[in-house]
Amino acid sequence: MAMAGEGKPRLSKNLLRMKFMQRGLDSETKKQLEEEEKKIISEEHWYLDLPELKEKESFIIEERSFMPCEDLLYGRMSFKGFNPEIEKLMIQMNSRYKKEEIEADDKMEADVSDEEMARRYESLVGTIGKKFLKKRDRHELQDEDEDENSNLRPSNVKKMFLKPQD
Amino acid sequence: MAASGLSAEVDVGQVVLPGDVLLLPAAPNADGERLRLGPSSAPRGRLLCGPGLRRCAAGLLVTKCGLLRHRPPAGAGTGGGAYWVDSQQKRYVPVKGDPIIGIVTAKAGDIFKVDVGGSEQASLSYLAFEGATKRNRPNVQVGDLVYGQFIVANKDMEPEMVCIDSSGRANGMGIIGHEGLLFKVSLGLIRKLLAPNCEIIQELGQLYPFEIVLGMNGRIWVKAKTVQQTLIVANILEACEHMTSEQRKQALAKLSES
Repeated sequence: MAMAGEGKPRLSKNLLRMKFMQRGLDSETKKQLEEEEKKIISEEHWYLDLPELKEKESFIIEERSFMPCEDLLYGRMSFKGFNPEIEKLMIQMNSRYKKEEIEADDKMEADVSDEEMARRYESLVGTIGKKFLKKRDRHELQDEDEDENSNLRPSNVKKMFLKPQD
Repeated sequence: MAASGLSAEVDVGQVVLPGDVLLLPAAPNADGERLRLGPSSAPRGRLLCGPGLRRCAAGLLVTKCGLLRHRPPAGAGTGGGAYWVDSQQKRYVPVKGDPIIGIVTAKAGDIFKVDVGGSEQASLSYLAFEGATKRNRPNVQVGDLVYGQFIVANKDMEPEMVCIDSSGRANGMGIIGHEGLLFKVSLGLIRKLLAPNCEIIQELGQLYPFEIVLGMNGRIWVKAKTVQQTLIVANILEACEHMTSEQRKQALAKLSES
């Protein structure tokens, strides 16, 4: 066969770049290959042969809209209570535009006070937490609740496996 | 007459023509009214170059004819004020961020085609309404009026508008109700009406209870309790562009009597 007579079969670069060929290489050879790749890419990369332009410090902003120039008001308006929601919106949007009041005033009047909210949350966490307890813990909780005389069962004792007696 | 590089010494409030070059002063805080030759050191703060003006090598280049306006900087050192040209036109060119009134002309799958008075129809996605999801579509029909703002508006692409703001809230945008009257005015009048202390709007507001939506594309929608009141408000708004303030006050006084 002709193969015996040929020299070592030369593998193409693409083949060498494949992952299974690179596992056997050491880090240095890998770095070399990467650098060669970068060289190839950068040589093929087209670039403009122009002198470097210094970007002027731009202190002028070009703006095509009239809104920031003239500080125009909000476009929806209502008068004499024709549409109360729009009137509320007018106050909100115009104060935002004028930036006199920085506070956005999104807080609606609270139906429930903060303290009551905190109280409810405390009990809520317990109630929902019970749902995710394991059966063993749930059983313990129940016993604790029922035990009014505070005769706490020593729950520290781990229940070991008792060999069934013959 | 040398066309390029001819510096112009113009006062704010004067007529400027396309092609005029306005040079910026060295210290805008000192004397911002008169634009004159100055050394090319950068002024403090950033200058806002509004519609009708473009940046050029020497300073600002005028591209529209009209009156030159200037707004001095608001706070000390927070920006360098604004210059723009106050011109008059009736044809609207879509600009990003402008609130406008559009008329829905077609429904094409997931988007609505909206006529905004520009050269192209704007597209409005059905998800761009407050609380709209794929299952919960907004109830928009062909012929409805929508109040929204542009998010994409340049000369290379089809304009796109939305009816929510960046945080997802409507803020009064969306479908405008069925009754009422839509009419068209010039763009300069809209800006005059939306100016911070507009007498026309304040005087009209004391006349009847009514609701009004002003779009930057020259469209106004008015709704009042009766058809007659709606028509009166519409006529006043159309006519007040060419009336002096005394004539307007006389007309409103006559109306409030009757």
